[in-house]
This record gives sequence, C-alpha cells and structure tokens, in this order.
Amino acid sequence: MKILIVDDFSTMRRIIKNLLRDLGFTNTAEADDGSTALPMLQSGNFDFLVTDWNMPIMSGIDLLRHVRADEKLKHLPVLMVTAEAKRDQIIEAAQAGVNGYVVKPFTAQALKDKIEKIFDRVNG
Amino acid sequence: MEHNKSSEADEFASAVALHAPQLQQSLEQGDLQQAGRIIAEINQVRERTLYLEVGRLTCELHNAIIDFDIDPRNPHAKEMSQITDASERLQYVVNMTDQAANSAIDLVEKSAPLVTYISYEAQSLIADWQRFMRREMKADEFRLLAKRIEAFLSRSLHDSDQLSANLNEIMMAQGFQDLTGQVIKRVMTLIADIESNLLKLVVMAGQVDRVVGIEHPTGDLRTKETKEKKTSSGEGPQIHADKRDDVVSDQVDVDDLLSSLGF
Repeated sequence: MKILIVDDFSTMRRIIKNLLRDLGFTNTAEADDGSTALPMLQSGNFDFLVTDWNMPIMSGIDLLRHVRADEKLKHLPVLMVTAEAKRDQIIEAAQAGVNGYVVKPFTAQALKDKIEKIFDRVNG
Repeated sequence: MEHNKSSEADEFASAVALHAPQLQQSLEQGDLQQAGRIIAEINQVRERTLYLEVGRLTCELHNAIIDFDIDPRNPHAKEMSQITDASERLQYVVNMTDQAANSAIDLVEKSAPLVTYISYEAQSLIADWQRFMRREMKADEFRLLAKRIEAFLSRSLHDSDQLSANLNEIMMAQGFQDLTGQVIKRVMTLIADIESNLLKLVVMAGQVDRVVGIEHPTGDLRTKETKEKKTSSGEGPQIHADKRDDVVSDQVDVDDLLSSLGF
C-alpha cells in the first residue's frame, strides 16, 4: 500500500505520516502542494492519496479534480484532511469525488476510522 | 475641526441658496451678464471651500502618515513600514511553531521505539517467568532468564530516564506559545491602529468626494468582492465555527453532512 501525503506544512505531513505508520502503512511519500503531487501520482503507482485543501500554487480541491479527470488516476481513493470547514466546501469536495473528509484539528481515531471506511468501501 | 468642516460646507450651501433665486430671476429677465456674475460668485465660494478643505485634508493626511510611523521623505520608508515589520513578526510565528512542532514530533519518534522495546520484552519475560513459577523451567534456562531480567531492568532504568527527558523536552517545546502569543498580540494592536487610520483616510476621501462632487459606483465593488470570495483556494481555519451556520464545528457535523449527501 503506497500512500501520498500532500500538505504545505511539513509538521502536518509528519503527523499524518506517523499516524499512518501506527496504522501499519509504512510506504508513504510526501508533496507540499497539488502541482508537485500530480506528477508524482501520475508516475508513482500510489494506492491512496491524503491531501490538504488550502495550499499554494495548486489547492487540494483542484488536485482532486485533476485526479478524477485523469484516466489512469480516476479511481484513486482520496481523503481530504483540511481546516476548511464550510458546509459549501464539504459539498464541493463531495461533488468533486472525494472519498473521505476529515477536519483539522483531528484525532488519530478519526483519521483511522475514515481510512478504514474508505478501504472497506474500495475492497467491498 | 468639526466646526470648521461644517462651516465650510455650510458656506458653500448658503452661497448656493442665496444666489439661486437671483440667478433664476436674471435668467428669466434674460440678463445673461448678471447670471454669469452670479455663477462666478458661486464658483468663487466653491473654490474657496475646496481650497480650505484640501488644505485641511493635507494636514490630516500628514497626521495620519505620522500615525503610521512612516516618514515618506525617507528613501527606505517602504522597508521601515510597520506592515513589513508585522510580516516579519508573523513569519517568526510560522518559524517558531514549525520548530516547536518538529522538535515535539522528533522526540515522539525517538521515544516510540523505547516504549515498544519495554512492552515487547516485558511480555516475553512474563511468559518465561510464569513458566518458572509453574516450575516448568530447568536450572540452565533459569540462569539465562535471570540474566535477561537483569538486562531488562538496567535497560528499563536507562530508557525511562531517556523517556522522562524526552517528555520534559516536549513540554519545553511548548514555550513557543508564549513567544508567538506576544508577537501575535502586537500585530493585532498594529492592525487595530491601521484600521482606525485607514478609517480616517476613508472619511477624508469621502469629504473630498462630497466637495468635488464625485460619486463612486459602489455596486461594482460589492460584486467584485463576492466574486473573489467564490474561489476554490480555501479560507483556512474558521475562527468562530461554533457560532456560524454555514460552517461545520466538528467531525461529527462533517459526517452528518456527508451521509445526508449519500456518503
């Protein structure tokens, strides 16, 4: 299971990376915004994407739209982990095809639950 | 100052009121020369008002600039502005929080293997110890177990010292809150000052508009504002999430909203 973590703050990437490691996912890579993440996704055989929303250059929602529009990546499970908490934004992300949405600040348990739920659905 | 402002505007208004009937009368009588004189007189009062108003505004603008603590004559005015200073201060906050978070995560990463070892070795020792208690252990095996217990105890002692040092350091790393808090408070004060000075400038600009007679299409500005807000760039953390209807306040709200959408 190869996971890409996209967040412009290195500390948040480290927190997510540590939480994923505790859940048994040790094969992770990092990117600091959508524009660096997209080429990694296109060439890297990732199985899962965890992304922030608010980032410079390319935001997480735009990254999600690019992923869904890409023939090779359109089925990639995407979890959004973000401080964006407006109802309209969550609806926007859902319409863009997000698989899970976690608002910051979050607990290890919330992240675990959402990831498990996404995999249950993808495998089921 | 207030008194001056109204008296200047009043002077212009009363000059118009005073001359209007005369102007109308001379126009009715076809006395264009007289009408021209009256218009010139009104204009003179208007110009005088404008002149006084501009003088007063220049003075106020000067004061406002002094309040901003920027000397426009200084070639380095831009670098010396408090806004640049505030940006640097906020950058310091970003650096400090980054440093604190990273050092805390470093320490957690260093501590995790120590805890894993203690837990793993303790489990294994308990299993063997129970075999010994049930008298299922030979003398050779017990000698080995005793050595392992001794090693475990001495390593536990060392590791727990290390863990407590790490915990202490994690606590010390939280000192950033005090430092960044102070910086943020200073920047907040600066923003409040800037807001009140900007307000003064807006009021001044409004007076210029009134005297000169300019009207701004405010509708356009509002449309622009709403259009800019509707971007996909995100807004960052919501400060009063619990008091707003258009914002979710926790993960439960997010899950409810998503499940209402069929997720």
